[in-house]
Amino acid sequence: MAVTLPQQAVAYEVSVGTASGSRAWRRFALNPAALAGMLILLVVVGAALAAPWVVPHDPAKQSLLRRFTPPVWQTGGNAAYPLGTDQVGRDVLSRIVHGARISLLVGVSAVIVSLLVGVTAGLVSGFVGGKVDTAIGTVVDVTLSFPQILLTRVVRAEVMALREKEFIEAARAIGVGRLRIIFRHVLPNTVSSIVVMSTLQVAQAILAEAALSFLGVGSGRAYPTWGQMISLGRDFVTVAWWLPTLPGLAILVTVLAINLVGDRLRDALDPRTT
Amino acid sequence: MSAFLIRRLLRFVVVCVGVSVVTFSILHASGDPVALIMPEAPEADRVKLREALGLSDPLPTQFVRFVTNAARGEFGRSFFYREPAFGLVIERMPTTLALTCLAVAVALAVALPVGIYSAVRRNTVTDHAATVVVFLGQSMPVFWIGIMLMLLFAVQWRLLPVSGWDTWPSVVLPSVTLGAFTTPLFMRIIRSSMLEVINLDYVRTARAKGLSEWLVICRHALRNAALPIVTVIGLQFGLLLGGAVLTETVFAVPGVGRLLVRAIVQLDFPIVQAGVFLLAMIIVSVNFLVDVLYVYLNPTIRLR
Repeated sequence: MAVTLPQQAVAYEVSVGTASGSRAWRRFALNPAALAGMLILLVVVGAALAAPWVVPHDPAKQSLLRRFTPPVWQTGGNAAYPLGTDQVGRDVLSRIVHGARISLLVGVSAVIVSLLVGVTAGLVSGFVGGKVDTAIGTVVDVTLSFPQILLTRVVRAEVMALREKEFIEAARAIGVGRLRIIFRHVLPNTVSSIVVMSTLQVAQAILAEAALSFLGVGSGRAYPTWGQMISLGRDFVTVAWWLPTLPGLAILVTVLAINLVGDRLRDALDPRTT
Repeated sequence: MSAFLIRRLLRFVVVCVGVSVVTFSILHASGDPVALIMPEAPEADRVKLREALGLSDPLPTQFVRFVTNAARGEFGRSFFYREPAFGLVIERMPTTLALTCLAVAVALAVALPVGIYSAVRRNTVTDHAATVVVFLGQSMPVFWIGIMLMLLFAVQWRLLPVSGWDTWPSVVLPSVTLGAFTTPLFMRIIRSSMLEVINLDYVRTARAKGLSEWLVICRHALRNAALPIVTVIGLQFGLLLGGAVLTETVFAVPGVGRLLVRAIVQLDFPIVQAGVFLLAMIIVSVNFLVDVLYVYLNPTIRLR
């Protein structure tokens, strides 16, 4: 039962120390899962960017004659519609590729917003401390009672730890201004956790967008999104299994790829990893 | 100890006020709620409705009235059902809580043995397989898991009903769905909590005493890992309730989540406010309790 795999861990144990750029990159690139995740992401991003030019059909074009065409590998499939068509005859493949645009856009912009708010709040909170910290902490607590915004907390914890470090104290001692300390000394040292958290947050945001458009409160009916395709497909689960299944697979593959990359980044950038 | 409790309690109260502000502002977030509710009505009717809802008063007055009413469980009548919104939400709460509890039971039944095994036999095939499951599980939307289970067990094999919550078989798919959504998270937490204690001195001592591995794990390691496990699971309660809302929608389970989703679509503000307020309050209270319990039960924490 307990077959021990060759211990990859050993390789990392040797390289304990501060993660310098190239070493971190090597650790990252050596991992097959992370590389696979990276490749998948490249394909998804490429497809999203080039969507109008690479899809075989107009994602909105209906054709009642072609309703419920199954995927090409099933009997009755049509090579012109590799992943089949939906209840009004629209090409599923074209819709999934176009859906990637919304998912990635929402994922990235949600993280940019939370980065701007989160990093600023976290930096101020951790550095100034006292009442400001309590106030920001409480706001974060309130937000956490609804959905989750972990970023602020992480950055703050990181900054709190950094604030006490000697090089900050040294900078303060020689009369460097507060803002300058924050931007020149504190921020660069929190970058690795911010990068990791943001990567994982993109994944969370994509899942959240899917959930919202599944519930019908997403970006509207005009443009196909993965969550909305699943939601519409649910009604036809008995006649057309591919309608809810395939967009879900698109979400799974994309989010999995991001998670793999993010997780590996965390290990690669963390000097304490063994 | 009491100083800590008071501080924590104060924070709890402040967070509750924050939750009230957010719930209150739901009605105002979209600008003029009356224009949303009756988009084509003549101005005279709108004025009447605005008066009836008390929307012409200044905002602070409205907020104070909202809070005092909320404290008494009054959120107004549902526009759609014409019944007190609070009652409609409370009525459906047992279903949602039952679904959540069943899901936690399912998740623990899987995650506890697998998580412990992964920690004890680290880097084995089982451990790696468990990691793969965790990664996969955390990359799937819960409503998609539900539809896939429905496709297999209800459509393909016809073993279980497609939806509902009235018979025992119909309870299975929703509970397993929410459980499957929760399992990876629990597995990760249990594994890492166990890993933290498994190599500590007292565990080694217990082993050295000649206790069986089983006893060492259950009596010594697990007992000390249990506290962080319970805490983290408690803090994830919000995630669980969010998952319950989606699961209810997939399987047409008559719980708070389904009511809430429908109310949002129908712009039934009293129900939305009552539902969001209650769910948020449950989450805040669970988090508060878990926080306090953790400190009470953990002797190693220094109280400042």
